Amino acid sequence: MSFSFVREQMVEPAPAPVNTAGPIAWARRNLFATPSDSLLTILAIVLLVWAIPPIYGFVMPNFLGGDAVPPGGTVEQCRVETAGACWAYISARMTFFIYGFYPAEEYWRPNLVFALGTLLIIPLAIPRVPFKRTNAILFFVVYPVVCFYLLNGGVLGMPSVPTEQWGGLLVTLIISLVGIICSIPIGILLALGRQSKLPIIKTLCIMFIELWRAVPLITVLFMASVMLPLFMPQGTTVDKLLRALVGVTLFSSAYLAEVVRGGLQALPRGQYEAASSLGLSYWKSMWFIILPQALKHVIPGIVNSFIALFKDTSLVSIVGIFDLLNTVQAASSDIDWSSPTQAITGYLFAGMVFWVFCFAMSRYSIWMERRLDTGHKG
Amino acid sequence: MQMQKALVSIAIAASLGLGATAAQAATLDDVKAKGYIQCGVTGGVPGFSAPDANNNWTGLEVDFCRAVAAAVFDDPEAVRYTPLTSQERFAALSAGEIDILSRTTTWTMSRDTDLGIMFAGTMYYDGQGFMVRKADGIASALDLSGAAICIESGTTTELNAADYFETNGMDYSPVVFTDQDEVVKAFEDGRCDVYTTDSSALAAERSKFGNPDDYAILPEIISKEPLGPSVRQGDEQWFYINRWTYYALLEAEELGVTSANVDEMLGSDNPAIKRLLGVEGDFGAPIGLTADWAYRIIKHVGNYGESFAKHVGPETDIGLERGLNALWTDGGLQYAMPIR
Repeated sequence: MSFSFVREQMVEPAPAPVNTAGPIAWARRNLFATPSDSLLTILAIVLLVWAIPPIYGFVMPNFLGGDAVPPGGTVEQCRVETAGACWAYISARMTFFIYGFYPAEEYWRPNLVFALGTLLIIPLAIPRVPFKRTNAILFFVVYPVVCFYLLNGGVLGMPSVPTEQWGGLLVTLIISLVGIICSIPIGILLALGRQSKLPIIKTLCIMFIELWRAVPLITVLFMASVMLPLFMPQGTTVDKLLRALVGVTLFSSAYLAEVVRGGLQALPRGQYEAASSLGLSYWKSMWFIILPQALKHVIPGIVNSFIALFKDTSLVSIVGIFDLLNTVQAASSDIDWSSPTQAITGYLFAGMVFWVFCFAMSRYSIWMERRLDTGHKG
Repeated sequence: MQMQKALVSIAIAASLGLGATAAQAATLDDVKAKGYIQCGVTGGVPGFSAPDANNNWTGLEVDFCRAVAAAVFDDPEAVRYTPLTSQERFAALSAGEIDILSRTTTWTMSRDTDLGIMFAGTMYYDGQGFMVRKADGIASALDLSGAAICIESGTTTELNAADYFETNGMDYSPVVFTDQDEVVKAFEDGRCDVYTTDSSALAAERSKFGNPDDYAILPEIISKEPLGPSVRQGDEQWFYINRWTYYALLEAEELGVTSANVDEMLGSDNPAIKRLLGVEGDFGAPIGLTADWAYRIIKHVGNYGESFAKHVGPETDIGLERGLNALWTDGGLQYAMPIR
């Protein structure tokens, strides 16, 4: 009989060696792996130490250790040589940045538009929420019409507010939303048209796309606002904002068409043939088979176009439309708040607003991509 | 600038060719039909036309549009404002998008004769000036020899400065930027000794500095920049309404009629005041207005001096002296043709 030792308990797991776990190991692995890594890390730290304190000091108010004047401060506080950002000025002119020249007693109308938009877009963006079709129709078709009548007035006893008085964030959002909503269908149709076997349709689509893509947006806007009125009979004027809307929409739909075409070309021929062999008509095969796959492929490209469009809306300021950036520029000549950092604070504020919207779009697109990922990704 | 000028000229020539502006409707009738005046303004020049704290347009040039609205509608608020860039302004006027262009526009011969517009008057006699640091102890532009001067590139400002220094046999080193804000920043940071632009803008920019009192604007004005409202060519009635609105603003100041005392002045014995306020004679009818057209202007908007003091005068943050814009009786250039 021979004994063999049988251990009845598992050995306690020993902690990993110090140099393979914990913050030190993480730093060694990620920051100081090679001499060049170490050098880059040190350079980056030096850069941060050099850049962050002044920026922090400029942006943060007194009670957080900075020089900025918080909302509620006075212009005298901003007029000191050492003052940081003048947030008091931003909060004092906030209504101008949001509504432009919209009459103050009618602010409830843009507010209602903002609220309705938020109410509709949140359930639309969350996949679990039911009634997607109704929701989409409400948002893409009903909402713009309601918005127009709400903002423009002249119905139901609401006083009329002409578009010259619209401004600020309101106009920025209107231009980008209209641009996005209208350019999706136009862009898809153009992309399909460009793939079409019918020569006239194909030529027209190519001509349209290549024309709009070959012209800078600023030229389009300038033409629309300066030249167009001169070519029209006296007395017939097309609304300035409408002209910009049409220009922005056509411009972005040309870009979107090319993005969608990329998606269409990425689909294997077999998908088209399979759809045909099922006996589906052209539109049905596009709607059920081709477009869902093609669009999914190009979500990053589409969102990229939208982000570019959102930022491009600031170009309308050159034709005298008061979008967010233009209100900030106009307010920076406000003598009541004139101070050394007035203009910089304004631009900082505009930059932050643009960043928030673009970053949100970007994150949503990444999330959507992951959700729709069906394993085709290489 | 040349390119833009050329573009605008081409555009306007094209429109004339198409006959778009050939047959002018009477602007006064159009304006009365729509119930408001469409007034082209700047995108925000403090004191001249800029949004105030309540997001309403305000300023000396805005007051001109309000004055015309008061004369036509007895309501200074019957104005809608179209902010225009300097490139768009003339096309917008020619195309009929606006009825009055009151947008810090310099009255020059080529604009008056070549662009299909007519200037109704000069709301502000501006001119290019110099700003220096008080600490440098410079008292006159003639002391500026050898100075580094901050200038916005591609403007008439740059050319005027070059002319001035050459004429007076002085040297200078230009420090050129493309953007107004950059120029101001460079001057404030001490990258140059002198900042030059139109004197009204100098005053507005100075008020933005941390210590405005450390800076002085030199007395010399080296160019002529008469800023005035303009209207479309080919509609004399509308032109006269604008021109005489301007004269009424001046005449009222000369006669001492203000928005505060205009009602008392109705009982004045001075025949000039009687004619101005429509107590005696009807000077409104020939230009399509009522007899009390000038009374309405003064009642609602005030006289020129009141507007000046309210928007750009010494009491405001802009702090401009009357200078050339004083009445002729005070040694200035503002002179109204007699109403009789």
